[in-house]
Amino acid sequence: MPGTVLEFKVKEGDAVKAGDVLLILEAMKMENEIPAPADGKVVSIAVGKGASVNAGDPLLTVE
Amino acid sequence: MGAIIESFLAGTGFAGLAWGNVGMILVSAVLLYLGIRKKFEPLLLVPIAFGMFLANLPLAGVMKPPEAGGTPGGLIWYLYQGDMLGIWPPLIFMGVGAMTDFAPLIANPRSLLLGAAAQFGIFVTFLGAILLGFTAKEAGSIGIIGGADGPTAIFLTSRLAPKLLGPIAVAAYSYMALIPIIQPPIMRLLTTRSERRIKMEQLRHVSRTERIIFPVLVSLIVILMVPPAAPLIGMLMLGNLFRECLVVDRLKETAANALMNIVTIFLGVSVGATASAERFLNVQTLKIILLGVLAFAIGTASGVLLAKLLNLFSKNKINPLIGSAGVSAVPMAARVSQVEGQKANSSNFLLMHAMGPNVAGVIGSAIAAGVMLTLFG
Repeated sequence: MPGTVLEFKVKEGDAVKAGDVLLILEAMKMENEIPAPADGKVVSIAVGKGASVNAGDPLLTVE
Repeated sequence: MGAIIESFLAGTGFAGLAWGNVGMILVSAVLLYLGIRKKFEPLLLVPIAFGMFLANLPLAGVMKPPEAGGTPGGLIWYLYQGDMLGIWPPLIFMGVGAMTDFAPLIANPRSLLLGAAAQFGIFVTFLGAILLGFTAKEAGSIGIIGGADGPTAIFLTSRLAPKLLGPIAVAAYSYMALIPIIQPPIMRLLTTRSERRIKMEQLRHVSRTERIIFPVLVSLIVILMVPPAAPLIGMLMLGNLFRECLVVDRLKETAANALMNIVTIFLGVSVGATASAERFLNVQTLKIILLGVLAFAIGTASGVLLAKLLNLFSKNKINPLIGSAGVSAVPMAARVSQVEGQKANSSNFLLMHAMGPNVAGVIGSAIAAGVMLTLFG
């Protein structure tokens, strides 16, 4: 889904559970909460706050 | 001296203020409240309500046609010519085209069927209006409220039943604002929880060539099929070509912003001003408002049901929640699909999938208007 990254709710190194909100992505003037797909740890964040992203772009990596 | 004061008083609006005017001023105040405080489509309801307010102040004559002796008419009467001659709605459509990304539709052409199904409400409501005693021309204009597309509704009504312009515009824009309230109960009623949880695959990438060919091809096919749809579809697709060809950025920006805003003001004020007391404060308006919500409800239901039907035959399942977005009302209806999808499954992102039927619905409503014009124009 193409949109703009509004803010990250997590930082590198955080432990997350499946369903936790990782970041807020704005698309079509709507704020979408992007949840974690599985339990794990945030290894790296690939884009900055305010970045325009497209479908398929990696946003962050959860291990 | 006494006579002068008396004639001055008789010349003020207070003397000419009839009960009907007072009633319409109250209606315009309610619409202003809905627009400003409740944020119901404020960009349209605010100018519509104020036009209605001005036109109901007696002796001001803002909607007076010019007289034979060369006396010019009222200001808003001239703006109204843009509605009557069918100029403003297609210009708004050009702006809509310049703002709309048709890629979700190109990537998933099945969306077109969902967008078409949601237009079913138009035709059911048309029949309903006939049963309630409206003429075919009026019924066509009322049915198009179900297209959930303001410019299309105004374009068709100005052609078929200009007397109903005020109530139809108010009904169309109010219901569009109410989409997040009207649609979800219907969508939940017609789907099971597991259907709402269906995840759809990411849409494929759409190339620049496809994006450029799309507006040209759609214009060609649709206008050959339904010639009276040419002003709406032609301008919609011209605006979209501005957007996708990437070499006329200035034209695209003007069509999508400055021009669109200017025309919206002219259209809103003049459509509002058509709502005089004798045309608005009657049983017909109530019937139109009732038929309008029926049109929205049936459109929503048909989109959802067609998505379920398609699922019986295809391997790539469609989440039926995107079917409701086919009523157009871009992008509110798509947002409703997204919100409902996420309620069922928090990792479900239907927004872009719902944009497919959503933008198809815009084309669908314009075609439906063209069909009505072919039949009754």
